[in-house]
Amino acid sequence: MIQIFRDANYNFIGNRKWAYIVSGLITVIGLVSLVTHGLRYDIDFTGGTLVQVRFDKTPSVGTIRSALSRIGLGESIIQEFGSSNEFILRMPLASTSSEELGKRIEGALAQEPSIGKAELRRVEFVGPQVGKELQWQAIYAVLFGLGGILLYIALRFDMKGGVAAVIAVFHDVLVCLGAISLAHREFSLPVLAALLTIIGYSVNDTIVAYDRLRENRGKTIAKGKTFAVQMNDAVNQTLSRTILTALTTFLSAVILFIFGGRALEDFAFVLVVGVITGTYSTTYIAAALVVDWTEYVEGRMRARKKGVVKAGEARKIT
Amino acid sequence: MPRNLRARSIVVFVVLVASIWALYPPKKTINLGLDLQGGIHLVLGVETEKHVASQADRAAEDFKAALDRRGIGVKRIAREGARSFVVELASPQSWNDAQTVANDFQTFDRSAEDQAAGRFTMTLRDREATRLADDAVRQGVETIRNRVDQFGVAEPIITRQGADRILIQLPGVQDPERAKALIGKTALLEFKLVDDKVDAQQAATSGQVPEGDELVYQRRVDRQSKTERRTPYVVQKRALLTGGALTRADVSADPNSPGNWQVAIEFTPAGTKVFGDITEQNVGRHLAIILDGNLYSAPRINERIPGGRAVITGQFSVDDARDLAIVLRAGALPAPVNILEERTVGPSLGADSIRRGMIAIIASAAIVFVFMLFYYRLSGLIADVALTLNLVILFACMAAFGATLTLPGIAGIALTVGMAVDTNILIFERIREELRVGKTPRSAIDAGFSRALRTIIDTHLTVMVTAAILYNFGTGPVKGFAVSLFVGLAASLFTAYFFTRLLFDVVYMGRRKVQAVSI
Repeated sequence: MIQIFRDANYNFIGNRKWAYIVSGLITVIGLVSLVTHGLRYDIDFTGGTLVQVRFDKTPSVGTIRSALSRIGLGESIIQEFGSSNEFILRMPLASTSSEELGKRIEGALAQEPSIGKAELRRVEFVGPQVGKELQWQAIYAVLFGLGGILLYIALRFDMKGGVAAVIAVFHDVLVCLGAISLAHREFSLPVLAALLTIIGYSVNDTIVAYDRLRENRGKTIAKGKTFAVQMNDAVNQTLSRTILTALTTFLSAVILFIFGGRALEDFAFVLVVGVITGTYSTTYIAAALVVDWTEYVEGRMRARKKGVVKAGEARKIT
Repeated sequence: MPRNLRARSIVVFVVLVASIWALYPPKKTINLGLDLQGGIHLVLGVETEKHVASQADRAAEDFKAALDRRGIGVKRIAREGARSFVVELASPQSWNDAQTVANDFQTFDRSAEDQAAGRFTMTLRDREATRLADDAVRQGVETIRNRVDQFGVAEPIITRQGADRILIQLPGVQDPERAKALIGKTALLEFKLVDDKVDAQQAATSGQVPEGDELVYQRRVDRQSKTERRTPYVVQKRALLTGGALTRADVSADPNSPGNWQVAIEFTPAGTKVFGDITEQNVGRHLAIILDGNLYSAPRINERIPGGRAVITGQFSVDDARDLAIVLRAGALPAPVNILEERTVGPSLGADSIRRGMIAIIASAAIVFVFMLFYYRLSGLIADVALTLNLVILFACMAAFGATLTLPGIAGIALTVGMAVDTNILIFERIREELRVGKTPRSAIDAGFSRALRTIIDTHLTVMVTAAILYNFGTGPVKGFAVSLFVGLAASLFTAYFFTRLLFDVVYMGRRKVQAVSI
């Protein structure tokens, strides 16, 4: 039998203070990048026009730009896309309308002999109204996703678990967004889909640990152990499954990143980052927060009990 | 023998056969999204306001006619805003008579009444305005469907979206610009008399036209220099006849202009009579043929035209003429539309995406297969078989529900491969644990499955919750991703638990004594 961990017993929960510092640092780095670089949105969210062109030859960005400037689109953003003869042209909203644009671009490119034949492979136009709506839909999708998870865990387990899981997932979303910003990738609809998948994946992981904790508490082996130790046991018992699943999912995501083509690259990038942070956050955020919260509540209860006794003594004195 | 082995085998067998049946032949059963097969995705916004405004205009005209019939003098009737028109009587004395007329216009409310000045405002009621706006969208959908059908697109999707939008998906269209022009054209054909008393050139420079008239242009493109020449005309605002009174529109070669094509139209019997009367009453004048505000020709009426036929000429290529005939036959859109969102994907890009997506799925499956086999040996093989079945069921469900496979959808499947083994990993790790505490193979398998079940249900349901939310908020490709993810999870719930368990039972729960589990 091949085994990664045999009777794993690492002190995850005990080291949670360090993990909080690490999580905090990573989140802050991501946030700083988000604030300074910002997030580059795809036309899905900003509105605008995107044209994907494939050429016979391999023209320079300058040649394409000079061809486009003939029809007043010299200000377009021109990027190589996947290979050296394929480009993405982005035009801001104001300068274009969808009508006839494809034809005009084709005509302008045809007049430049050095770039060979141009094939318009994709034309996307998103009006300002639609872009704004999609922005809101994206925010709603994430919020409702988190809300749905909170509700599910609160019903299946308890409120503490639900809140801690949502905080962990929220951390993952922030880390992914920060990574997108740092890597200068684009926030598009598929990236949103990847983000929601990560939300699902991260919570999946958390539930496995919670489930184990609940199962153990029903048994005698949990007797006499502090909550922190019980949680640490649950995390250790599910450790090999966590690592194995993270590994297979991670491999799938990496393969998607390598073989999926440029169109899926940003999507796969978020998955790769998300699988790592999702796996990490289960133990060091979701489980750790539940422990701290429970200890805090238990501490308050003990204090209150003491308080009652003191009050009784006080009454005796009078 | 373990419980219901035969019954469970039958269930799995039936699912397998049904899946293969649903999938056969795959080229026809799997619905590819526009991003994979190429085509146009359009979201049109209908300017419902304009339809309401034109109805208010018509009501204002009717109102004037009704006042005329009763001999009530009118100083002014003019539309104000989209839904109202102001009536100003020639003399306040006819106030009461005018009120009786107004009472007949039941869909309008009277307001801003000033009896001394003989002035009041008629405003379309909210409910009526809503109904008109709704009509505009519904008729728009019908008209566009009609046009697309005549254009000849296989399996188009044309549906209403929200209050004032129309979603159009045309798979496999090669010439998107032409399709867009065909769909987006309002195609309002109008016949208006040219006002010969006014010098059109002068009116165009000064921008001033007599009341009741308007300025329109005829556009001619010079073939050699590719420059556009615009000739102004002053025509009466009121249309004598519209394309609504049309029964046929056919393409023929233009006899007067070689190489150009024309569209011959034929009116309905009622239209024929109106056309005959117009031509009879206006011999010697010019009748302008106007489409969407552009004047195409303004021939002189030489005599009464009784047959109800007319010809539209204007330097049309055969495609132009054919498209014009289509839109005329299908009728005008009740209100203009504009493109809010467009996504056009060429067929070569779609084919590329499919190829890359499939490579990703196969590579991802291969690496996971090898990993499972290496790590869990015989049990890993069982998981691999289950994973294969999982993919088959996933594709079969997509085929059976008519769900659309998109590029993000393929990505979702590639990811599902990684996540679907999670269920098996959960079970296997649990069985290993039970073995470690010294249970016999059979009871370890039993305990492993039953303990893992609750966790598996929990994990699947939460991810399915996010997939469902994604479906509700997503558009197009993202929806496709949500569908793949959701169906994939449901399939994995079935296979990992039902099918893996069955294989375990077959392998380990037979009559012979089991010494060890290969896990």
